[in-house]
Amino acid sequence: MTANETIHPTAPAPEIDASCRLPLLALLVGASVWLVVGTVLALIASIKFHAPEFLAACPLLTYGRVVAAANDALVYGFCLPASLAVIIWVFARLSQTVYTLPLVPVVAAHIWHLGVFIGLLSILLGHSTGFTWLEFPRGGSILLFVAFVLIAIPTAASFGFRLEKDLYPSHWFLLAALLWFPWSYASANIFLVAMPVRGVAQGVVNLWFANNLLYVWFSLVGLGIGFYFLPKLTGRPLQTYYYALYVFWTLALFGTWCGLPQGSPFPAWITTLSSVAAVLLIVPLIGVTVVFGRSLGGPGSDGPMGGPLSFVKFGLVSFLLSTLMYIALACPQISRLLEFTWFGVAQSQLQILGFLAMVLFGAIYYILPRALGFDFIAPQFIRAHCFLAGLGVVFWVAPLALAGYAQGANAYSLDASLNWLRISTLGLGFILLGNLLFALNILAMFLTWKLNLVKTLFAAITAPLKVSEVKS
Amino acid sequence: MAASIQLGSVTQTTVLNSSDVYPPQRTGDATLGLQVYRANGCAACHTEQVRQEGVTCAVVLTGAGKNPQAVTNLLATLTLTGLTKEAADAVADQITAAGGKVEIHIVPVGTDIDHGWGVRRSVAEDYLHDYPVQLGSLRAGPDLANIGVRAPDANWQLLHLYAPQSVTGTSRMPSFKYLFTVQKVGATPSPDALNLPAAFAAPAGFEVVPKPEARQLAAYLLSLRANVPVYDAPFTPPAQP
Ligand code: HEC
Repeated sequence: MTANETIHPTAPAPEIDASCRLPLLALLVGASVWLVVGTVLALIASIKFHAPEFLAACPLLTYGRVVAAANDALVYGFCLPASLAVIIWVFARLSQTVYTLPLVPVVAAHIWHLGVFIGLLSILLGHSTGFTWLEFPRGGSILLFVAFVLIAIPTAASFGFRLEKDLYPSHWFLLAALLWFPWSYASANIFLVAMPVRGVAQGVVNLWFANNLLYVWFSLVGLGIGFYFLPKLTGRPLQTYYYALYVFWTLALFGTWCGLPQGSPFPAWITTLSSVAAVLLIVPLIGVTVVFGRSLGGPGSDGPMGGPLSFVKFGLVSFLLSTLMYIALACPQISRLLEFTWFGVAQSQLQILGFLAMVLFGAIYYILPRALGFDFIAPQFIRAHCFLAGLGVVFWVAPLALAGYAQGANAYSLDASLNWLRISTLGLGFILLGNLLFALNILAMFLTWKLNLVKTLFAAITAPLKVSEVKS
Repeated sequence: MAASIQLGSVTQTTVLNSSDVYPPQRTGDATLGLQVYRANGCAACHTEQVRQEGVTCAVVLTGAGKNPQAVTNLLATLTLTGLTKEAADAVADQITAAGGKVEIHIVPVGTDIDHGWGVRRSVAEDYLHDYPVQLGSLRAGPDLANIGVRAPDANWQLLHLYAPQSVTGTSRMPSFKYLFTVQKVGATPSPDALNLPAAFAAPAGFEVVPKPEARQLAAYLLSLRANVPVYDAPFTPPAQP
């Protein structure tokens, strides 16, 4: 451990880390597979804009299904379980206690990944619910809900048993995230699938959920983890505690109302309220900028370029940009031009792949060797991943945003945006390569761990019995 | 969830200045067609919502009266469209004083309306019979809230689904060939076979026949007609001939 351990003193850190080993592996191995699956599906979708007839004869891979499956694989397949894994570890560390009941999240992780599998397959077979970010039909969504709650309960319980009584800002963010998802996911599924509301109210519920997942939940998790790792990786205390709390409250207060665009067929008061709330996001945005800026200045060690800190920093900068884009979309003048264009896609992809995924990569690269007690098989892949992911996000998101502008300025003409779309495919290609390196490292680590386990077991069986045991 | 309570109580309404109910019930095929639309993710590329930036008034001459020359001369000096209500009233008074007969029309304006995607903004009633509501959030292709008005021919819709480029030259919409069967022509050709241009036609001796899904989807598309004035979004419809 480095000097920054002084922030949370006297930890039997290796013991705590080891107690999280099984849940971390169960969540992360599946997550890294879904990450690659999601990126491949996204690439297939993107290629269809180069050649509309690419795989068009196959109903499973028609554009509308592939895009939905790609997005859900990235969000529900990777972002959520990987977030849960990191939250489990951060909570254990912050509470200075070993993780209680590690087998519950292991079972839950398998339920979760089964739910994702069923959900994705259903989408490709044409059984999507038709609601954005809620495409998984009942079979999948119930499994996800159960699994999430199974993980959230023991994790939140470990918070209750904490030895370290002081609350750290990350506690607020991550505890809120553990409650926020089951609440919003269940509400949305009840109002849309179980007992659907009538007519256009479905649109309101759908957009409300999309905002609460992609904006509020992602921000809670990404910032909560970011605010934990920033001081840990730089060796400088978080600047400042109060700003971070301020960000938390303003984000929770304003964030939850956003996402209902002006001009949609809803009563005007709803969309106006939503725009006002979105513009007020400028308040937490300033807060994050201050915390982030101050935590980076001053003495300390930033570690090697391309290591975990680089991922976290990239993620937090992406958060600032994606929030600015989100606010811009809520301003009537700008949204008249950019609404319903690729610009919105650029914003959500920046939030997913540029912000949360990057923060998670950084955290996982830091945590996993500690939890397993040995280093990555190919540590040089980490730098390559960092480089590819950074380049990829820039080349994926910036051309999409420009495509949005080209589209908005040219009567939504697809042809006007086509060249930008084609460049964005290149960015996605880089992202895929990076994600492959990540998945390889995680899988290699898992296999090594399994192998060691078998070896230990084998050694225990074949070891000559001790004399004392023979006698008794 | 106050919003959903308010919106949840939306019911059928009547068309302004008429006794017709709106929206009409969909046919069985069209209702099933919405499920085909959902299953294939058409909403990934198409929205079903028309926005409007405001309304203007237009003064329309309905009769020239006893002194047509004076009215014509007067009209030449006036702006008749894009007016506020007050300005329209003032212009109407002027023309009436000169002996002409006029009507004041309500005209919604906005970029979507300029694109020809609708005559008014979309309102809650338009989606009353939809489950799931497919508002969409990206316009890779045109808005479809009024596609049934724009392209009311089921055969055109089927040709477009089978081979978009067969009807819109440079289309970048993917084809949905899997909603059709290519089969050997029997003793008598199927009456449903598509009449495709040579470049897209099936090989000699074969014909392209829509599966039920394709027909249902086309019926759904034709049912998308949000072109009547309602209380929330008034406008003056063109006079019935
Ligand atoms: C990859 C994006 C994409 C998908 C998916 C897609 N479309 Fe399209 N669609 C387009 C584009 C681009 C156009 C404009 C070119 C044209 O008219 O073919 C279009 C045009 C249309 C039109 C003609 C609109 C007009 O105003 O002339 C209809 C109708 C239509 N699509 C229906 C559908 C249906 C039904 C589905 C689902 C089965 C679907 N589209 C899926 C991209 C898409």
